[in-house]
Amino acid sequence: MNNPYDPYPVRIREIKTETADRSLKTFTFEFIRKADEAAFSYRSGQFAMLSVPRVGEIPIGIASSPSEKGIVKFTVFKTGKVTTVLHHMKQGDVMGLRGPMGNGFPLEQMTGKNVLIIGGGFAFTTLRSTIITLMQPGLRDQYGTIDVVYGARNPGMLLYRDELDQWNGQPGINMHITVDGTDDPDWPHHIGFVPAVTGECAPESTGNAVAIVCGPPVMIKFTRPVLADLGYGDEAILMSLENRMKCGIGMCGRCNIGQELVCKDGPVFTLADLNKTPGEF
Amino acid sequence: MIIINKTDLAEVMTRAQETYLLSGPVETFHGHTFRHLEPGQAPDLSCHHTLLSPKAVVFPPSDPLLTFSGDDWAGPDLADLPPQAAVGIRPYDAKALHLLKYNFDTPEYKDPYFLSRFENLTLVGLAENHPDPANFSVSCGTGPFDETCLDMLLVDLGDALAGKILTDKGEAFARAAGLDPIPAEKKAAVASTIAELKTRAENAVTRTGSFGSLDGISTLDLYEQIDWEALAFGCINCNTCTFVCPTCWCFDIQDEARGQKGVRLKLWDSCMSALYSAHASGHNPRRQGWQRFRNRFMHKLKYFGDKYGAGPMCVGCGRCIRTCPAGIDIRTIHQALSRLEAVT
Amino acid sequence: MKEMENRIRQMAKDLLAREKVDQVVGFCQGSLAAVTRPFLARHPEEADQLVFNCNCRMNLATFVPDLKGRTGIVAKGCDSRNLVIQMTENRVKRENLYIIGVPCAGMADKNKLLATAGGRDLIRVIDRGEQIEVETTQGTTHTLSRQDLLQDNCVTCIRHNPVIYDALAGPEVPEPDLQDRFADVAAVQKMDPGEKQAYFQHLLKDCIRCYACRDACPLCYCPTCFVDESSPQWVGKSLNPVDVTTYHLVRAFHDAGRCTDCGACEAACPMNIRVRSFTRKTIMDCVNHFGEEAGMNPGQRPVLDRFQINDPNDFFR
Repeated sequence: MNNPYDPYPVRIREIKTETADRSLKTFTFEFIRKADEAAFSYRSGQFAMLSVPRVGEIPIGIASSPSEKGIVKFTVFKTGKVTTVLHHMKQGDVMGLRGPMGNGFPLEQMTGKNVLIIGGGFAFTTLRSTIITLMQPGLRDQYGTIDVVYGARNPGMLLYRDELDQWNGQPGINMHITVDGTDDPDWPHHIGFVPAVTGECAPESTGNAVAIVCGPPVMIKFTRPVLADLGYGDEAILMSLENRMKCGIGMCGRCNIGQELVCKDGPVFTLADLNKTPGEF
Repeated sequence: MIIINKTDLAEVMTRAQETYLLSGPVETFHGHTFRHLEPGQAPDLSCHHTLLSPKAVVFPPSDPLLTFSGDDWAGPDLADLPPQAAVGIRPYDAKALHLLKYNFDTPEYKDPYFLSRFENLTLVGLAENHPDPANFSVSCGTGPFDETCLDMLLVDLGDALAGKILTDKGEAFARAAGLDPIPAEKKAAVASTIAELKTRAENAVTRTGSFGSLDGISTLDLYEQIDWEALAFGCINCNTCTFVCPTCWCFDIQDEARGQKGVRLKLWDSCMSALYSAHASGHNPRRQGWQRFRNRFMHKLKYFGDKYGAGPMCVGCGRCIRTCPAGIDIRTIHQALSRLEAVT
Repeated sequence: MKEMENRIRQMAKDLLAREKVDQVVGFCQGSLAAVTRPFLARHPEEADQLVFNCNCRMNLATFVPDLKGRTGIVAKGCDSRNLVIQMTENRVKRENLYIIGVPCAGMADKNKLLATAGGRDLIRVIDRGEQIEVETTQGTTHTLSRQDLLQDNCVTCIRHNPVIYDALAGPEVPEPDLQDRFADVAAVQKMDPGEKQAYFQHLLKDCIRCYACRDACPLCYCPTCFVDESSPQWVGKSLNPVDVTTYHLVRAFHDAGRCTDCGACEAACPMNIRVRSFTRKTIMDCVNHFGEEAGMNPGQRPVLDRFQINDPNDFFR
């Protein structure tokens, strides 16, 4: 019997500090055993357990797209016991990876639609995966317009700056980058909270669009009415939730919202699904 | 059907121990508990109830998942576990093990730590002739004489135990333990005694009215319209109910290390504890004790039934009722929930 | 006992009817004979559900700090001492409490009661003061002496009557003249180190780390208990005997100088472990070294809570 608690051994190929305050780092892993790479076949929106031997595990959204072969990327915020140890690790260090876990974004069911991607803070990680996946030649023309609203507290806290700049100039994707505030007089993008910028810049939906929203609870709370005003029905709004997790495979029980387990029945839910569950998230 | 004279019980168990790792009720200075038997130790079948349920036989309170050495790790060899037999397990506790399986054996994921133990376990049950006021197992679709989840059912006749063999595993146990078939001329009388004991026991079990799955009431109505804070008053979130419960399965995973050596443990945990759903950011979707109380009873009485269609996540053993320091009774909670009008 | 119970009901009804309190915390009958439930009455008619008998083992002081507004509380001797400590530690304000003091003859140990039913259960327990009557599921009735059924902490109780109250629900009872009050601690103290280690290992070998002892205790209210910290992780979470012992020892020290020996911890333990072994030693040390008992005098800070520049011990300067 396959043991879902036994991680794949991986090596850290690269560590990149993403933010000015060094609280966020992107880890690029490669599988030590080639067979594991094939077994770890994932989709955008899924997550994995980063497993640090003798320390613990943490569930982190997969930031890379399946189209980026040979590696898997995760952006990790330093906040507790395991993430602190992880932040002190070095290129070449070996650790474990369990997954992929969760349901991911149902991109195949969104073909023919316009896509609105809304991200706040460091919840943008799985959205990077989604954007890269959708922008692949051969896949891109299966979708309508792609608009991205992404906001952080200040410019130093934005993730993936190089890629944001690259997408900013690219045809086929409309970027609306914003920060809550900045001292930089030459800041070329928006200044304002994500819900407000969404209201200003996002295209309306006439039933032909899907919105993917990832961010802190307060951002989601204020973005919901904006999306409703723009014509997005509850079944057309996808959200990726978080919760405390340990097993990641729907057994330890703790990540439940009502009878839904965020690790297995989620983490992606439509707003219509969430309206039916108890509001404990 | 087989028969064991109580004076022969120790000898029978010793024979069984040549093939099986046995577990059963054992008297400790605290009361009885259900645990692995030492070589030559017989289970105490005069025990009325065990403090802890038998779930530790398939789901130990502390279970090593991986052993670390530096940055290397390995799981235990689960293929080589000795066959186990739980002797003296109550019929409803055996059903509880089957309810646990819904969690650990799913189409997407299978927990090898649970399944390897569950699949090689033979359940030699002991009928409960005298259930006590906290037992409501009949209302939970099982009962003191329920055969459905057992491999053999023993019935205490006074100076002997009659045993009904129910499955091939039960037959194998009978052979390994060298159990004697009941003499033909005694069969009818024993069967009749057992039927009488069963009727008496089932009538004695407190009927709770229906302890059903609350199908007719919506999750959101139960969640929002019941005065959970009032129902939960007195609950100190001490985790006792979850630890003594045979159908509770929540667990924690913790790494413990000393230098380069370490182990990753699966540990019993409780949805009643503060840390259970606490995020690293400090956010806690169930910060208050009564919210965790609500989650526990919603899970047991509603979510589990809705998710798996196997009835409530409770077998009516009564342990939580007997051990709760605050006297909280799941039957009282269920009554409060079922009073909410069903909205079709 | 019936008179005291009726008096409690009357007082609670009166307090609620005249809106002198927002709620009254007491006990009501549980669904099993030997068990009572903490009960919150908000309306006068709910006061009729209040009971008081030998099964009122929980320490109701645990619930008081989380209640808003003014609270009436039924308090035994030990409970009242915990209220004093809560006031000293700024957990409750005296002016928000109406203390219904209950002179207590001692609680019955649940296991001793159940032993009369041969390990099964009881269908009735009647507290008749010096005697307690039980009826078992087998239909037998027994009348037992309360003295024989007392919880261990009640046998060595130093304060039956509340130390602080607004009104008493019954006449004060004589305080005991205890001889050899710490005999239980002395018995462990005179063991040699090997015996002591074996004693504590045996004591804790069935501990399942449920933390019922901690959660039943009115003194244990840290927002994050030390066992729940991960950075740094002070103690492991498994059933490793070293970690189990560490948890109990450290908790006893955190409660040292504050413990009133109310017995709620032992009454709560599902494995019937005598966890008071640890706190009894700290109580004895407080009496012998500092001459003080916890919670006896409102306004007096607990023994380990005070430091003055001229304190004789200078080992931590």
